[in-house]
Amino acid sequence: MPKNLAAEVGMNAQPQLSAHKNKKIWTVPFILAILVVIILGVISLFTGVYDIWGQEDGWEMFFITRIPRTVALMLTGAAMAMTGLIMQIMSQNKMVEPTTIGTTEWAGLGLLAVYLLIPGPTLVMRMTGAILFSFVGTMIFFMFLRRVRLRSSLIVPIMGMMLGAVISALSTFVALFFNMSQVVENWFIGSFAPVQVGRYEYLWIIVVVTVLIFLYANRLTLAGLGEDIATTLGVNYQRLIFLANTLVAIVVGVVAAVIGNIPFLGLIVPNIISMVRGDDLRSNLPWVCVLGMGIITLCDIVARTIIMPYEVPVSLILGTLGAVVFILLLLRQRRSGRLR
Amino acid sequence: MNRAETLTLSSKKSASGAGWRVRSTSAFRSKKDETRYWVLLILFYGVGILAALGLLLYNNPVPVDSPSFIPVVQRRMEAVVAMFVAALCHSFATVAFQTVTGNRIITPSLLGYEALYSAIHTGTIYFFGVTALVNFTGTGAFLFKVALMIVLSLVLYGWLLAGKYGNLHLMLLVGIIIGAGLNSVSGFMRRMLAPSEFDLLQARLIGSVNNAETEYFPVAIPIVLVTVALLLLHSRQLNVISLGRDVATAFGVKYRGGIIYSLILIALLMSISTSLIGPLTFFGFLVAQLSYQAASTFDHRYIFPMAFGIGFCILTSAYFLLYHVFDAHTVVSVLIELFGGLAFLIVLLRKRSL
Repeated sequence: MPKNLAAEVGMNAQPQLSAHKNKKIWTVPFILAILVVIILGVISLFTGVYDIWGQEDGWEMFFITRIPRTVALMLTGAAMAMTGLIMQIMSQNKMVEPTTIGTTEWAGLGLLAVYLLIPGPTLVMRMTGAILFSFVGTMIFFMFLRRVRLRSSLIVPIMGMMLGAVISALSTFVALFFNMSQVVENWFIGSFAPVQVGRYEYLWIIVVVTVLIFLYANRLTLAGLGEDIATTLGVNYQRLIFLANTLVAIVVGVVAAVIGNIPFLGLIVPNIISMVRGDDLRSNLPWVCVLGMGIITLCDIVARTIIMPYEVPVSLILGTLGAVVFILLLLRQRRSGRLR
Repeated sequence: MNRAETLTLSSKKSASGAGWRVRSTSAFRSKKDETRYWVLLILFYGVGILAALGLLLYNNPVPVDSPSFIPVVQRRMEAVVAMFVAALCHSFATVAFQTVTGNRIITPSLLGYEALYSAIHTGTIYFFGVTALVNFTGTGAFLFKVALMIVLSLVLYGWLLAGKYGNLHLMLLVGIIIGAGLNSVSGFMRRMLAPSEFDLLQARLIGSVNNAETEYFPVAIPIVLVTVALLLLHSRQLNVISLGRDVATAFGVKYRGGIIYSLILIALLMSISTSLIGPLTFFGFLVAQLSYQAASTFDHRYIFPMAFGIGFCILTSAYFLLYHVFDAHTVVSVLIELFGGLAFLIVLLRKRSL
């Protein structure tokens, strides 16, 4: 059955595929972008208070915290940027991402629920809770989107953020009631400071998800054309929506449990890429991953150096920067009259 | 056959009430709706006043003839006045905001007043130190905060609503994003405060009906009353604006001007409410939804009083019940927010178009 599906998709997408041939991925700018990200990664490896050259156990420290932190940054950056892209394609709305439709708040509620039900939960349990809740939350939002006739595409993020506010009000209530405000507070500020060997390995799940997204890229692009067109082209729309939401929920849940809240990355990265390169999921995906990695690494370096020897959570830097970029994007679209 | 059809038709017509056929300019469709409106209005005001009296007098630790009876009532009076102001601000602001935006499921708290409020306080302590924050009280500081919030809204409206590309939804979205960004900035500054400074700030930022900053009442209440009166006087224009841009323009109402005027009044109400008793996100939403249900009319002259009655009734009776019946003191505002949030979810999921 899936084989059949793939064959059909391939057939139907033939004209597009030939256009793809011209759009090579390994272009000079892309290789340059990768180089820049690698340089940022190296800077990130050597940023920190602990003197790895001078101290005796410096190199040990390097492997315990620096490398895990940089790897975690790369994985999270790529993952959050990708989820934003997938959600934007599936909902046909450029303003959608985990922060703007409440998925992150659902993940937080999930974490809280696990803390309530199980005393002293392990990381796997917390992750499962976050994944389940963010799946439910994303599904609810997509259900709502499909039922409602929209007059303006800007309504979607407005509704989504209000939905998120409801969920976080619920979390606040539960937290106050059971004396767990601290958990919520700590979770809401995403930071890479506690990342070290043994605490971040689950982020490697993201690699699996990334491979899956690359494999399904063409079909997801088709599903992004809407239910009718996708069905006509022989794609099982329902199943793809389910799949996409599962992938998004896994990524958001894992990141929420391991790192915390990472705002706006999924919004600014795909929008910048699509402004430059247009909307083709498959050839944009590598770009989105690379730019996501670059931005989050840069933000983390800033977060670590700005009040040396202390550090600021990266989510605060991203939140500020993301808000500014988001508003600039909106205004730019407004001027070009594309906003309706 | 034919006759039977006309018969059923006419009986249907008469069954649907006189209001349908008789052309009238009344705000209500039928006499029945009007009666229902007044009954509900009196009911809500009655329950609200009763609960307020209950809050003032019930379970007073000192006997009535004791000289300290009056001071206790006065202390409790402050909370009731705060509830009055909160109900007034949120009900009027939300109803007007929903009309102006042509969308019944958003609230003016979206525009980032709370974020700005906490950013002002955090910024004060971050840039000027503790003494500045401690001295940053009094009428002048209050007016300064309100003025700053209104300037923000004016900039937002003037910049995003006026002009060729004016777009209401864009303005809302930018407002939300500015709120999120400001929250990040103040979170960033809070991170760099010393714990003692942080404690002080925290105490200042948590507002509630019970520790409302009463010294501002003499300034705030007249402003609120005047603003509310202006909105009431504006309600006929709001009725026309609710029909949409094209119809309103055809009727000779200055659409954009009317919207910006209402938004300024809304900004005034919201910023006063936020700086007096702190943020309430979904309370206004709950009140507005209930008042649309209770008042089966589109005339703002009737919706506004109903919304205020419901808001006051909800606040006072919630506080009364939770204080004196269930003995749960701390969670009142959170509980109201929770109910408002649930109402929002239900309304959202039942919507067909937005």
